[in-house]
Amino acid sequence: MRQVQKNNFSLRLKVVGGNLTADQLLTVAEISKKYGDGYVHLTSRQGVEIPFIKLDDVEPVKAELKAGGVDTGVCGPRVRTVTACQGSKICSSGCIDTYSLAVEISDRYFGRELPHKFKFGITGCMNNCLKAEENDLGIKGGYAVEWLPDACTLCGVCSKACREGAITQTDSEILLDESKCSYCGRCAKSCPFDAWKSEPGYLLSFGGTFGNLIAKGKQFLPIVHDKETLFRVADAALTFFDRHAKPSERFRVAIDRTGWDVFQAEMEAAYRG
Amino acid sequence: MGEYLIDETVDITDVVCPVTFVKAKVALEELEEGQILSIRMNDGEPVQNVPRSVKEEGHQILKLTDNGDGTYNLIVRKTAD
Repeated sequence: MRQVQKNNFSLRLKVVGGNLTADQLLTVAEISKKYGDGYVHLTSRQGVEIPFIKLDDVEPVKAELKAGGVDTGVCGPRVRTVTACQGSKICSSGCIDTYSLAVEISDRYFGRELPHKFKFGITGCMNNCLKAEENDLGIKGGYAVEWLPDACTLCGVCSKACREGAITQTDSEILLDESKCSYCGRCAKSCPFDAWKSEPGYLLSFGGTFGNLIAKGKQFLPIVHDKETLFRVADAALTFFDRHAKPSERFRVAIDRTGWDVFQAEMEAAYRG
Repeated sequence: MGEYLIDETVDITDVVCPVTFVKAKVALEELEEGQILSIRMNDGEPVQNVPRSVKEEGHQILKLTDNGDGTYNLIVRKTAD
């Protein structure tokens, strides 16, 4: 990013899923001291920028970063940094492995040219620490659940753990109102007797943007249980963006202009395969 | 879930998260393996979250009972560390 100070650049680095290794951090620290102003800026989307890189130093800095295992980021009309919370590998609330998914998505799409910027964000559960719906394509981990009567003792924990009022209990059974279920999985995670079968999945939201235009991504597909379907839908979303958007038009605006019914029909077709 | 005899009780209605779980955890630590603790907690966040935290610590939850006064008792059997 060009700075207000002439010939100075805040150099954007590639970060995937918010993780950097200690060695990468050492490289960044060295470069910021040697070529920058001795500090870095953490961006709003888990990125790292090294401010005050001089124009003449950009190429040597890129080479030294590369040698130290650090890639540079992208700006402009492309797929941007793929963000993620820590997910199920670290966090007990997580329903999906967000980091490995972020790496897969980044490997597949990062830097791809499109009519305008495009942001992916992955959050592991309904707590939504990573704010999935702010992104052009948000991915949220959830659990599709099913009550297992044989294992259940009607202990009463799940109906209280549910925040949606989707679970009620009688003297002999548990009733799940699927129309109220948010797929948060709190019933299964709290159940002392493993009496909820839970299948992890992805809840997708489309068209989020939180800059000049503020709009929440919309979720309309059923929960996606496999990566093959997930990538088929993501491919279709990017293809739709490429085909329908005017140059420099955000995904949200392109969907609004083309019509959500048209967009939804295309995503549902991709979902079905 | 058959009959059980409560060995010890703890009231966590006078504290808020995260001390709710800490107080319950300390009470469990003072028990012997197999003993049963009744934890009295408030409706709302405690009853939504404490059972899951107790489960994640590896203890066996037996029952959650509604006291009808805005509090619940969570009956827990202590398991080995």
